[in-house]
Amino acid sequence: MAIESCFDQQRCKPGLFWALLGLGGLVVLGMLYAFFTLEHHGHVLTGMDNQIVWGLPHVFAVFLIVAASGVLNVASIGSVFGKKVYKARAPLSGMLALAMLAGGLAVLVLDLGRPDRLIVAMTYYNFKSIFAWNMIFYNGFFAIVGLYLLTLMDRKLQGYSRAVGLVAFLWRLALTTATGSIFGFLVARAGYNSAMMAPMFIIMSFAYGLAVFLVVQSAMYKWNGLKLDEAILARMKNLLGVFIAASLYFTVVFHLTNLYFAKAWEFERFILLEGGSYTVLFWGGQIVIGGLLPLALLYSPGARQSVGTVMAAALLVIIGGLAQMYVTIVGGQAFPLDLFPGHAESSSFYDGVVHGYSPTVYEFLLGFGGIGIAFVLTVAAVRAFRFLPQDDFKALEAEKA
Amino acid sequence: MSEPVKQDVHTDPQRREFLKTGALVTGAAVAPGALLYGVAHSRPPEQPASADVRWGMLIDTSKCGDGCSDCVTACNEENGLSGKTGPQDVQYIRKLDIKDLRTGRVHSLPMLCQHCEHPPCVDVCPTGASMRRADGIVRVDQHICIGCRYCMMACPYKARSFQHEPVTNQKPDVPRGMGCVESCTLCAHRVDRDQEPACVEACNANGHRAMLFGDLKDPDSDLARALKAQPSIEVRADLGLNTGVRYQGI
Repeated sequence: MAIESCFDQQRCKPGLFWALLGLGGLVVLGMLYAFFTLEHHGHVLTGMDNQIVWGLPHVFAVFLIVAASGVLNVASIGSVFGKKVYKARAPLSGMLALAMLAGGLAVLVLDLGRPDRLIVAMTYYNFKSIFAWNMIFYNGFFAIVGLYLLTLMDRKLQGYSRAVGLVAFLWRLALTTATGSIFGFLVARAGYNSAMMAPMFIIMSFAYGLAVFLVVQSAMYKWNGLKLDEAILARMKNLLGVFIAASLYFTVVFHLTNLYFAKAWEFERFILLEGGSYTVLFWGGQIVIGGLLPLALLYSPGARQSVGTVMAAALLVIIGGLAQMYVTIVGGQAFPLDLFPGHAESSSFYDGVVHGYSPTVYEFLLGFGGIGIAFVLTVAAVRAFRFLPQDDFKALEAEKA
Repeated sequence: MSEPVKQDVHTDPQRREFLKTGALVTGAAVAPGALLYGVAHSRPPEQPASADVRWGMLIDTSKCGDGCSDCVTACNEENGLSGKTGPQDVQYIRKLDIKDLRTGRVHSLPMLCQHCEHPPCVDVCPTGASMRRADGIVRVDQHICIGCRYCMMACPYKARSFQHEPVTNQKPDVPRGMGCVESCTLCAHRVDRDQEPACVEACNANGHRAMLFGDLKDPDSDLARALKAQPSIEVRADLGLNTGVRYQGI
């Protein structure tokens, strides 16, 4: 019986477990429905077109992939930098990284025009393509983090955890560099084409990943009726604060560099001032909800003791992260390509006009399906294995001393 | 001593006539083939495209008719495109109207794949489906395109379309399919048969002659001569892509 494999025998709630699994399963079913429908009828049913070629599915997919690499940071701080608080959380961190990457990749694959040709993507590589490199990094991530989890959870292999953890840390840095470069290497588009993209994605992954980790950790403690140690909560909330501030800093520098280049002014005017929903999502979503508000919450009086406040801040960071991805991915395409600078352009192919985008239900189903996959994998994993952080408070005291 | 042999200096007029006619007939039979080889570099299907040529085009916007879209119609007909212009419809070539914001000068010009020497679409394609033939034609291998659309993100000219719907009534020469990206092939199937792209043919047929097609590597081609004689531009020359399609008159 499933209840036997539950970690916390006293507090197991099989009903809740199956309910959560069922909920996640329904979301994944919705994703499969969208996939098969699009596979049959084509992307004509989506809001994506020849102007906005990457839409909502990519917003969710890239967020999940970036957050997946970021959530592994918790393990890296433990294994690579030797912090015991984080070492106790390394298995949960590694498992979440795998679950979220699986969710993100599923969205990307199921949104392909020819998902049946996945084998082609795995066998034909153009090594000049950063996209091809990403595929190698994703597959390698599964292998390395899987091995890392083994070294963390198998007593006989624990001696290797630091070395494998270091490889995983370096690999995730490379992976996020490559993911940011998918956009950074798009030389022709004003919204991308920036070396800032790679480091900005890395620092954002720190914030998004830690936010996801804090939400999952809080839910698990709550589920098991446990209370997170105040000192540990304070450390993790402060770290999240630093990551949020750093993300804001990179965002400011990214836009400042664009403002310095005359040819990027029009794009900056679009995103920062006149872009309609994109401008609202940038200021309201990315900056206020994803940055300033969580910072205010994390450094508000009493936040040290309040799991609720920290969880609220973490949830805001996740919402802000999705807004950031929307502004970056869809907003970057909505701004028209400038073929003849200094000229007004018009054509039957929508040159010179800001492109609209109205996602349909299929894009939502695909996007949320990615979260559903990560959710189902996480629920099943925490049920079957000991992923609940086991803090050794004596060791923590010794580390502090 | 023997008598020197007297040679008959008299020439047979019939023999001369025969040689003359023979030479003319032989010349008439061989010359078109030799000329054709020199101009169009025709090749049998089993022979790969040659790097000795680079197909390109020069578009003179001053000759391009305002409101004329014969090139677009011909392209749609040749490639089996619907001709619809919704946001999800496929367009290989479009008429682009531009207006200089400082001077107010307007131009109307056809915009299509620029067949770059260093095409960003080829660089970013994960599977290599987006490729450049040895003769400079940039196109998508419809057999290994996975429909990721990254090439559409990368193309500076918005020259590519994603096939959003099932394709019906395909032309045998232009295989297409739902879920793949496609774009102007410079009518590779026609070029390989020594014909000009359909858009160029249509532009010539209506008398505008705004589009000149030819081999950029052949200094004696009309295209190379025209490029040498008149200034021309590359669109987004700042990107350094060395486009195969050039424009005059802007």
